[in-house]
Amino acid sequence: MIPPVIRTEALERVYPGAEPVHALRGVDLEVDRGEFVSVMGSSGSGKSTFMNTLGCLDTPTAGEYWLDGVAVSGLSRDDLADLRSEKLGFVFQGFNLLSRTSALDNVMLPLLYDRKGRIAEPEARAREALDRVGLGNRLDHVPSQLSGGQQQRVAIARALVNDPALILADEPTGNLDTRTTIEVMALFQELNREGATIVLVTHEPEVAGYTSRVVELRDGLVVHDAPVEDRRDAADDLAALRGNTGLAAVLPEPTRP
Amino acid sequence: MKKWISLLKAATQSLLKNRLRSLLTALGIIIGVGAVIVMVSIGQGVSADINGQISAMGANLLTVSPVRAQTGGVSQSTTRNTLRPEDAEALREIPELAAVSEVSQSQQQVVANGKNWSTTVYGVAPEYLEIRDYELASGRVFTDEEVRGRAKVVVVGQTVVDKLFGDESPIGQPIRIGSVPATVIGVLDEKGSGGFGGDQDDVVLAPWTTVLYRLSGERSLGSISTSATGDGAMTVAEARIQSTLRIRHGLTATEADDFEIRNQEDIIETANQLSATLTLFLGAIAGVSLLVGGIGIMNIMLVSVTERTREIGIRLSVGARGSDVLEQFLVEAILLSLIGGLIGIGLGVGLTVVVTDAMGLPLVITPAILGLSAGVAGAIGVFFGYYPARKAAALDPIQALRYE
Repeated sequence: MIPPVIRTEALERVYPGAEPVHALRGVDLEVDRGEFVSVMGSSGSGKSTFMNTLGCLDTPTAGEYWLDGVAVSGLSRDDLADLRSEKLGFVFQGFNLLSRTSALDNVMLPLLYDRKGRIAEPEARAREALDRVGLGNRLDHVPSQLSGGQQQRVAIARALVNDPALILADEPTGNLDTRTTIEVMALFQELNREGATIVLVTHEPEVAGYTSRVVELRDGLVVHDAPVEDRRDAADDLAALRGNTGLAAVLPEPTRP
Repeated sequence: MKKWISLLKAATQSLLKNRLRSLLTALGIIIGVGAVIVMVSIGQGVSADINGQISAMGANLLTVSPVRAQTGGVSQSTTRNTLRPEDAEALREIPELAAVSEVSQSQQQVVANGKNWSTTVYGVAPEYLEIRDYELASGRVFTDEEVRGRAKVVVVGQTVVDKLFGDESPIGQPIRIGSVPATVIGVLDEKGSGGFGGDQDDVVLAPWTTVLYRLSGERSLGSISTSATGDGAMTVAEARIQSTLRIRHGLTATEADDFEIRNQEDIIETANQLSATLTLFLGAIAGVSLLVGGIGIMNIMLVSVTERTREIGIRLSVGARGSDVLEQFLVEAILLSLIGGLIGIGLGVGLTVVVTDAMGLPLVITPAILGLSAGVAGAIGVFFGYYPARKAAALDPIQALRYE
């Protein structure tokens, strides 16, 4: 039996202090292989903490978390680093590329820490990933020579390069304009169709509309978890946009989940 | 191996991104290492110079000089004049001694050609030239007959010739030593000069009788210079000098020697101790600047860690362990200090060549000091790079990623 990519049981995270903050109060979630899930919630809902925990950057104070069948709770700092190296790809809102470093070197960065030698030909693999996101002709460009959308594509290539079990995207379109947002979402949809499991944090319902399942957090608990009905195809929206139809016609109606 | 290549590559790139800052940081190490090399090399050069000069004093030299009389362990202010001409005469009987010369030295004003020069006049026996390895450039040395007759004849060193006679030949010229008029009968070959041991050509040699009885008015000898027949005869010669003089001075078994016998090795050893202390002292001062350079590296690495907090966060998020980050910053610090060290070695060697040339010292640069400097530079990188690197490695990835 193939284990789910994500399985959490009564996940809790308390930030200690004079007044302890209960960021997560018992989150149960299962994400299967090939899913494209968006996590929504207002600020203070606990979604950042949940994301950090899923990304093995933070450890829960109570509860269990299995990433691709590996129990994460209680792992050491080095074990978490190994898990990130092997099973995770991150895409951030602020791109988080190394400045004054070429796109190719940025994408190769995770393979520098490929301690198990899972990827045999790092450079070929990185070129392939950049090709995949449509930047095969921008290998030597440094971030400052690339547009915001292109930088985020480099970041997505970096998230793909280690062949992760899960891609975690934290507000990946937060710094992008509408058109670029749709382009990036089209890329995520393509990757998902090819089998990638993606969890994406967003506060924009329009963005969540491109995913296949929405999980909403409020006050550290899951309050809503349902598949997206009438899921939008970003490629279609993009085509419509190119067809000079007004932006208003393309944008999905704001819907409150 | 591959990992270290990529670490080195990353460190090089990172240092090149801030060229000026890297150079200024390395400058501390450059100056420190350069200073250590220059200082130690000069110290060793001085040492070699002194050794050379002492050896040039003559082979198998044994010098007998009077010691201060001690009363109840307290050194008396005046030297007891214990060495008499008869003592020197007695030493001439010792078979292990090739040559013996009375020595009575005196600082005197010498005048010739209307010119005036202050120099050391050595009242000696003709054998003195053999003992001290002096050669005659021209003229002759005074005879035993002239010694007995307290003749007013002198042999002068090259420096004295230059000061008083210029290009003229001084042979046969009148010269006044203090208040005594004399005639120059010989000129010594140049023996080479040096800074520390004094100019060995700045001398006037006269019969010891002339100096003792006509010039200084003293009653006993300043010292007795002798040379042993060979290297192997030194110990025996020394023992015989001691017993001869003890008997002549009527010392009982409980009384200490009232004279001192020094051979060249003693002198060299003393000189070496002195120059080793000097070298250590100079090196320590230079070492302080190396320490300051190390602190500079630590400072810049701390700044660099703070500036690159986000980069560290990115690296951690894509799977770097704390140890990977530690290695990265450590390699950077070591590379910085090693480059500084290598440039410092180049600079130090260059400066040493210039300085020793200017000071007329022999050029002594031992591979040990170069290796040591490079090693110390690397060690400084490790020592002062470790704390900032450790700090970088301990960063929390979430905080680091959020850092603006």
